[in-house]
Amino acid sequence: MPNHILSVNDITMQFGGVVAVNNLTLEVNENEIVSLIGPNGAGKTTAFNVITGVYAPTNGAVYVKDNMITSNFPKSSMKKLYAGENNGKYTTTMRKTPDQITKLGVARTFQNIRLFKELTAFENVLIAKHMLYKSNFLSATLCLNRKEEKAMREETMKLLDILGLTDVKDEIASSLPYGQQRHLEIARALATNPQLLLLDEPAAGMNPQETDELTKFIYDIRKKFNLTVFMIEHHMDLVMDISDRIYVLDFGKLIASGTPEEIQNNQRVIDAYLGVQEDGE
Amino acid sequence: MKKSKNLIYSAIFGVIILLLLFFLEANKFQYGMAYTILQKGMILAVVAVSMNLVTGFTGLFSLGQAGFMAIGAYVTGIFLIPSDSISEVYYISGVNPAIASFKNWLESGPAFLQPIIPYLALIIGGLLAALFAAVIGYPVLRLKSDYLAIATLGFSEIMRAIISSPQMDRVTNGSYGLKKIPGFTSIFEPFGIMVVCILLMVLLLRSTYGRAFRAIREDEIAAEAMGINLAKHKQMSFIIGSFFSAISGGMLAMFMRSIDSKSFSVSLTYDILLIVVIGGIGSVSGSVIAALLVTASKEWWLRFFDNPLFIGGVQIPLFRTGFRMVIFSVILLIVVLFYQRGIMGKNEFSWARLEKRLLKLFKRGGAKNA
Repeated sequence: MPNHILSVNDITMQFGGVVAVNNLTLEVNENEIVSLIGPNGAGKTTAFNVITGVYAPTNGAVYVKDNMITSNFPKSSMKKLYAGENNGKYTTTMRKTPDQITKLGVARTFQNIRLFKELTAFENVLIAKHMLYKSNFLSATLCLNRKEEKAMREETMKLLDILGLTDVKDEIASSLPYGQQRHLEIARALATNPQLLLLDEPAAGMNPQETDELTKFIYDIRKKFNLTVFMIEHHMDLVMDISDRIYVLDFGKLIASGTPEEIQNNQRVIDAYLGVQEDGE
Repeated sequence: MKKSKNLIYSAIFGVIILLLLFFLEANKFQYGMAYTILQKGMILAVVAVSMNLVTGFTGLFSLGQAGFMAIGAYVTGIFLIPSDSISEVYYISGVNPAIASFKNWLESGPAFLQPIIPYLALIIGGLLAALFAAVIGYPVLRLKSDYLAIATLGFSEIMRAIISSPQMDRVTNGSYGLKKIPGFTSIFEPFGIMVVCILLMVLLLRSTYGRAFRAIREDEIAAEAMGINLAKHKQMSFIIGSFFSAISGGMLAMFMRSIDSKSFSVSLTYDILLIVVIGGIGSVSGSVIAALLVTASKEWWLRFFDNPLFIGGVQIPLFRTGFRMVIFSVILLIVVLFYQRGIMGKNEFSWARLEKRLLKLFKRGGAKNA
């Protein structure tokens, strides 16, 4: 039996009357590259935000390895009106905050790059190291944690070196070219020593050549850091090239899952992307 | 090479400052104005930097500074008023017997302890303010931007109302305030406290916690996704900021020698906010420079406008008491219009930058002469 690093069980996410994600169940195994695709507004990013703890789901549960990170968290009576098909199955109510989830080894990037814009590339990555060290603010203020500080800086340099960002380490993050900002965001995520990396549209706004490079890059970092990658993507080339398995969402519902070949030949997926031809007129 | 040059510059600068202070200390009656302005500037520098720590570096728009300063000031005042004159100060309703006996106990303590008492008072005031900050920070720090500002402003007003309430008459002397607080013995005392406080805050900001604070300022969601516990770090920044604000409040009590609840009204917070904005939100050195500049121009350099001015025997009608505040406001407008990010922006003072600036200025001047 494969080792699930992430399992999402019956997630339903409702915003008022809108059901953004409807009974989503999926698994990501160790060392896989799994993609979540779907047309615009299908609920992919919402699903991501539930997994990383930004939103609390209306129903369902998310596990990272064996740790439940979020479960059935209806915030208001409004949300209880519709809690998905498996309503009542998940009765324990708990929620971990995003920082606690990151500590469990789940790192993420954002769809619209969210770097610390006015800080340098080096500081951006260095900040992500903060949670890995235990020095308290007194010892940090009085410079009693020199060893930790030094280790932090060395690890950051090493990481920037691996990702080819050493040349720009003193540049302000917002002044970097777009592609490098994407790389830097991934570098920052990797600095938290994750086992599972969640990429939210890593190829958004990239041309075909850059997308090719990104494919190589993702393979590279998976190998170097022994990662599992779960990503949302729109570029079909990239998705078909890189993924071990693909999940397809449409209107919040999972409509297909399987290997790239299976997905390419799945009629429902083609319908969802190209639209169904109506008879008559 | 470059580092040693900076070190030499800084050392020379430090020596000049010390010499200046020695000179002022020796001639304090001759240069009374400069002497007091410098002291007040130093005190405001501490609170401005502490506000910058919270507002400029952590991105929490807090306007509770005056409240925390009041706590520090009153604790320091109660600690320091000599027990001989305490009945004179609390002449309306008398002093709480617990405070009186505590003061007797303090003053009968060993002799070596006596010179430390002011510092002890400052620290205890700071700790009490930190405690208050922890209690109100827990609910209040969930709020964002303007809402946080309003909530903290409310706290500061509540603090003032509590202090001046008749129920507190026997502790804070209600609305009559505290008098006869022994002041600083020399200008080196506030200078030393200021240097230590600001140094501590700078070290904190340069540590890994300071970086986490800045991450929160830049992008809360990203910071949280990078494993930074938002609640904990915001709380920490707020508490530390309040601690240093209270220390500055205690210094203010020692500087003014008599305080009442009105000295810690909202306008004090705005004065500090003004300093922070003019110096640059997110720049420690900017806050220090602005604290000195704003205090000096408000209280001293613009005094000229308050005196009646005669040109050719005709009195210019605008020049009268209060006119300096008009000029001050105009200057503020100009500064805010043309230096939108304050004197220093988010940068810190560095000798290299100053050198570049001066060289540029010099070159431009040279070109004009040629």
